[in-house]
Amino acid sequence: MINKIVTNVEEAVQDIFDGATIMISGFGEAGSPIELIHALIDQGAKDLTIVSNNTGSGEVGLAALIAHKRVKKMICSFPRTANSTVFPELYKKGEIELELVPQGTLAERIRAGGAGIPAFFTPTSVGTPLAEGKETRVFDEITYVMENAIKADFALVKALKADRYGNLVYNKTARNFGPIMCTAAKTAIVQAEQIVELGDIDPECVVTPGIFVKRVVKITNPAQESKLVAENRRYPW
Amino acid sequence: MVNELKEGWDVNQMAQKVALDIPDGSYVNLGIGIPEKVAAFVPEGREFIYHTENGLLGMGPVPAKGQEDPELINAGKKAVTAIPGACYFHHADSFTMIRGKHIDVCVLGALQVAENGDLANWSTGEPGAIPAVGGAMDLVAGVKTIYVITKHITKTGEAKIVKNCSYPLTGKAVVNRIYTDLAILDVTEKGLKVIELAPGLSFEYLQSVTEAHIFQ
Repeated sequence: MINKIVTNVEEAVQDIFDGATIMISGFGEAGSPIELIHALIDQGAKDLTIVSNNTGSGEVGLAALIAHKRVKKMICSFPRTANSTVFPELYKKGEIELELVPQGTLAERIRAGGAGIPAFFTPTSVGTPLAEGKETRVFDEITYVMENAIKADFALVKALKADRYGNLVYNKTARNFGPIMCTAAKTAIVQAEQIVELGDIDPECVVTPGIFVKRVVKITNPAQESKLVAENRRYPW
Repeated sequence: MVNELKEGWDVNQMAQKVALDIPDGSYVNLGIGIPEKVAAFVPEGREFIYHTENGLLGMGPVPAKGQEDPELINAGKKAVTAIPGACYFHHADSFTMIRGKHIDVCVLGALQVAENGDLANWSTGEPGAIPAVGGAMDLVAGVKTIYVITKHITKTGEAKIVKNCSYPLTGKAVVNRIYTDLAILDVTEKGLKVIELAPGLSFEYLQSVTEAHIFQ
């Protein structure tokens, strides 16, 4: 029997190893799997490379993982956000690496990673500092820059609904990077607010097919990052 | 050089001028900040569909106080609403819409625009600054028409419409039209053509506050 549901977040993240590359869903707080990230902090893996659009805010979630010096390198498009202080401080001290990637190139590199495409050519960033040193090619008189796919050992993703096959549905703009990150990671670990019976999700409406998902854990009432930040909360509590 | 600083259009008038130039039925992406004001001036009888690159087509206005949903936000991470007929999608699809030239118009702010349409709007290149690019480079590379809305000169009196950008570029030769508080300028093969001057302003005055060469 296939059952991807695990009982708790500790079990969900137990095999994440030092030096792993981990994709973390979310655009700001929308779609950030905060309970899985906190479980990863408790679990202790370090020297991580994190692929995520932002770098978290306050001292919870992704920002807390960075504050605990578990992250060697961030691959992201926008490391500064309101209430984002942890990453900027470490970056200025030279204690964390940054690979800055245009947002659409970041998305396509992840998509390519999941789709078995090692690299692709894009018009984005041509003629800018972010294309320096990269291979370019001209197609139909337009210059494109080559970008490599990104793959990960793990993805931590937040969804709204999941079934035991790992089929997923997301909530509004919290979908963002979740679906493509599930495809590009060897082990996609999902926290979902609801676990539903097989067949409860209309097959026409499945957003992430279960084949891309390894583990699902139920988090009924996920924490809201901005609320925790407003309350000056820090993880670990 | 004319020393007297003329008033020109205010930000709302600039946004209204942009809105008037967007055809009915356009798919539109508005950058964060001043560009967002364009949505308030859609001319009667026209329908635009707003795209936000974090995964929503059919973005509606800001929700009533207390109705904000932290999982329904725009690219500036502010709470928004979804109109009837809206749809959500993941990031690779969202940038397929952008890079694949499906979005008709994007309105962006600028640090500098050069006379050939080069745009700098993501970094001042200051040492020690945290670089952050977001979706700006994808938008200028992919959207069919790029409008820039910006003050004509900086708060400290420096030209923003320049011969060559000194800040790191967002994209090369990507801007189609510039809306400032003093004028509307088209990027043409011959340089910057003045389409409209703010009331009471002379061409000579505009040239005196514009580093780039302009023509009428």
